[in-house]
Amino acid sequence: MTLVYAGVCSHAPGITGRADLVQNKALRDEFYAALDEERRQIEAVQPAAIVVIAAEHFANFFMDNMPAYCIGTGEKHQGPIEDPDWLGIERREVPGAPELALILVKEIMQTVDVAYAEEWRFDHGIMVPLHFLTPRYDLPVIPVNINCQGPPLTPLHRAWAFGEALRRACDALPERIALVGTGGISHWPATPDSGRINEAWDRAFLDRLLCQDQQALLSYDDVTTYREAGQGGFEIRTYIAAAAAARSPGTLKFYTAELPIFAVGCTVARFDLAH
Amino acid sequence: MSLYQVQKFLYTLNRDSGLQQQCRENAERLLDDYDLTIDERKALANGDIGLLYVLGVNGQILMHYAAFLGIEWFDYLDRMREGVRKHGPVRAGVYAMTGGGESFTEEERRR
Repeated sequence: MTLVYAGVCSHAPGITGRADLVQNKALRDEFYAALDEERRQIEAVQPAAIVVIAAEHFANFFMDNMPAYCIGTGEKHQGPIEDPDWLGIERREVPGAPELALILVKEIMQTVDVAYAEEWRFDHGIMVPLHFLTPRYDLPVIPVNINCQGPPLTPLHRAWAFGEALRRACDALPERIALVGTGGISHWPATPDSGRINEAWDRAFLDRLLCQDQQALLSYDDVTTYREAGQGGFEIRTYIAAAAAARSPGTLKFYTAELPIFAVGCTVARFDLAH
Repeated sequence: MSLYQVQKFLYTLNRDSGLQQQCRENAERLLDDYDLTIDERKALANGDIGLLYVLGVNGQILMHYAAFLGIEWFDYLDRMREGVRKHGPVRAGVYAMTGGGESFTEEERRR
């Protein structure tokens, strides 16, 4: 059992890019503190690498060749792709873990047709979580993308199967691996409705996620999700894959819908791998 | 409509700092490589966020492009709303405006 940490968190660019615009700075700092506690948790288990399951936003893939699932096997990655001042994160190189990543790819391929890429540019979907979870950028990162942007999107049961395959692959490694799923839950980012959040929908989803209710998680459909949780809701795929990889219930460490300037219900949760 | 071409141009631009410099110097020349309608070409040459939003450019691509143009966040939201007022609802994609154009943040309402 070499998966030593599994969690999920938000990744919206406003979390860092609009930090100074927030009126409720106490709540913002409470959110940041919850993320920092996850940093401590990750450091405490001393992983060799961190797998970040993200919803890529056209930083690397386009509709000319869009993989449903892809894993980054490069020696190093660059990010953020966005204007650094806009995102509030300096551009930098982040170490990869090519040998470990290739082992994961080979094992996952036993059951899921995953793509791989030796070049990977990080956007806010990975840079924002790293900014809080590995702020020294010294922990090798294995990026994973699930296409949540360009429909047709992978079915949720395939996202679950991908998470299961990822866990099996991690367990085959002697190295200690941390895993984080990042994304929004309900949100309407990059539209005039930015800041709209369906808190009841979010909390119902998180309840299902953190008690490993696979049947309920896989019962969501994109038409309903789009109507009730926005196009940002398609990113539940990253959380579902993380839950499948964790194979265990979890605990909600932080959630608030009261920071809409970040354009997402700010979420931090951790799966209890010892369960 | 060649929305694919519009988005391909922006996707490429967003990823390439060298291309971004060329775009600042002469955007028109870069657009020659893409099969665009007159309106699409004009929108890209002028950085018309409102029209590009209505044409259906994916919000993530458009948001990165707006950041490249140095457009402040609330101004970016306003430009999309103005695009809808001027040109009608979003014509393609999944980034449609779902409300009446109201703000969802206290910070924006109070600015």
